[in-house]
Amino acid sequence: MKEEKKMNLAIVTIATCLSIGAGIAIAKDAGTTPSITPKAMADALHLVMDSDRAVYTKRIVNRLVKKEKVIKASEHFEDDKALVLPAQMFRFGAEMVAKRAEEKPDVNFSYSLQSLWPINKQNAPKTDVEKEGLKFVAENKGQNYYATEELGGTEYFTAVYADTAVAPVCVSCHNDHKDTPKRDFKMGDVMGGVVIRIPISG
Amino acid sequence: MNKKNNLQFWVSWLIASVAIALFFTYLLMSEGVTKTLFMPGDLSPGHHQLVDACDTCHTSAFGGDEILQDACISCHGDDRVKPNDSHPRSKFKDPRNADTLEKINATHCVSCHVEHKPEITLKDGLTQPRDVCFHCHAEIAQERPSHEGMSFMTCKDSGCHNFHNNRALYTDFLVKHMDDPFHKNNATLPAKEFFDVLDEILEYPRDKYPVQALSIEEIDAPKDKHYDEAIIHDWSTTAHAASGVNCSACHISITEKTQVAVWNDSPNMDSCNQCHNHEVNRFKLGKHGMRLQAGLSAMTPAQALLPMHSDASHKELTCNSCHGAHNYDVSYAAVDGCLQCHADDHSLAYKDSKHYALWIQEQTSNDNKHENQGVSCASCHMPRIDYDVSEWTTRKLVDHNQSANLSPNSKMIRSSCLHCHGLGFAIDSLADEDLIKNNFNGLSKVKVESIDLARKDLERYLQEKQDAE
Repeated sequence: MKEEKKMNLAIVTIATCLSIGAGIAIAKDAGTTPSITPKAMADALHLVMDSDRAVYTKRIVNRLVKKEKVIKASEHFEDDKALVLPAQMFRFGAEMVAKRAEEKPDVNFSYSLQSLWPINKQNAPKTDVEKEGLKFVAENKGQNYYATEELGGTEYFTAVYADTAVAPVCVSCHNDHKDTPKRDFKMGDVMGGVVIRIPISG
Repeated sequence: MNKKNNLQFWVSWLIASVAIALFFTYLLMSEGVTKTLFMPGDLSPGHHQLVDACDTCHTSAFGGDEILQDACISCHGDDRVKPNDSHPRSKFKDPRNADTLEKINATHCVSCHVEHKPEITLKDGLTQPRDVCFHCHAEIAQERPSHEGMSFMTCKDSGCHNFHNNRALYTDFLVKHMDDPFHKNNATLPAKEFFDVLDEILEYPRDKYPVQALSIEEIDAPKDKHYDEAIIHDWSTTAHAASGVNCSACHISITEKTQVAVWNDSPNMDSCNQCHNHEVNRFKLGKHGMRLQAGLSAMTPAQALLPMHSDASHKELTCNSCHGAHNYDVSYAAVDGCLQCHADDHSLAYKDSKHYALWIQEQTSNDNKHENQGVSCASCHMPRIDYDVSEWTTRKLVDHNQSANLSPNSKMIRSSCLHCHGLGFAIDSLADEDLIKNNFNGLSKVKVESIDLARKDLERYLQEKQDAE
């Protein structure tokens, strides 16, 4: 009986020491490992996405289509032997990220381009946060919208950023498209929003 | 006594159990022994040849849906990406679609193409609820007023939509081609280009076999090998001789173990694969070659579900079935290669068709006036397509996966029909089952509404625009 007590005491002592040691190690590590909030990460991702698309829109599409008039940009770029539309380039990127992220469990975020006036109705807001966020960024120019929401049992940090008409091609293409529900966009108008989601639990 | 009886019972039980277990293990593990006993239900027409190769799809005894998903993609992945899939898996991975995925998991192939369920398997191997489109497109009538009142059961069956490949069916394409004539002027099919692009094929063994014509005197087969005048004649009249492919190119192989070059009297598809790897790979993905891909013996017409000529029942399907070993006449392969086996109504009616008349005109023409105007079986079922041979390069290739251009048959509109016919003519013709049976001898009695609907939507848009101005 005495032997058993001694053994138990030894096990408890070792477990306590290990636990304290691990705690110190984690605390020390936590002090030196840089961390980033979901908001900061979403802002950074958006900055990259927005800049890349602005460069493509201004320096490639608008230059070649509107200024130099050497090629068309078309939704059916393969059939029309034309440039990919900026919104399509953005979506293709989002689809590729979704595909590549499947193989990287540590990388977990998704993004999409949506609008209250979508040409393709599948790009209209679906969740309450999307609906509220797109309305907010359209009515409060220069401000972003942040919220959390639960989708499919996972809690997400969701950020919505205004998507504005940065080049004449944005305005002309949307106003002239046969499926657009709005034909009076002007340069600088908010045409929709970029929605970025980062899972924070689940 | 009781104890003895008990012991006897348990020993007998043990022996019987082990015997049964061994019997099932033998059935499961032995090649060439049918596995139908283990199947929960018959396979669909697309996969029925794989009845003895369970591990083609069930690659692991452990794991869930992802195992099956990977198996689907390993054979069908290319065909999902290349024609610009309208509903790629990545589109549904976005968390905003979580509620829709709960109703129908569109990220998994088996949600619509489940196997072993013959009682719910429809045409083209589909098993999904007929109104599957409703979950995402419930409000289509608001977006497209021309669709008002249509049932969600008709999206696919009316000949208007295809879930994956809509390249010939999307609205703007319909509008662009809505006034196409039945027949195009100077209609021709894509020409061959393999010889012209040899320089671009990096893996081509040009060091060993420089691309230059060989004469009969240059034949490099060993003297002790018996080959007759007929073989020499056949080889010398083909593009192989004209482009420097000597006997050794196909008949010499390097043994895996000893790495020694040995002469092989009967080369197999590995020889073809050296220069025609895309053709061989595509062949193995279609119904003709899928058994080889699964590690089974080659398919024979006896295993087909379509009617076949009885005298062809036991022919094995490899490259040589249609392309002779030394005279791989592509004209023979394009028509008689098929008709030596196929005996369904459509095939039997081919030689009475206008397509065949054009084929004969091209084959018997003394000049190149009718070049690429003939329509063979292969023109439609193994068309010459722009195929991505790598991520960066495209080549004109005869697609030897004939299954990729069928089921649903709207997949062949762009790759085959539109070279010669207008879009509306092609859509209507492919929707008429009787016309297909008699090999398009006459006009379609079916009228698919899609082009008329697209025209209506266009007119509505133009009117709205005019009113706004």
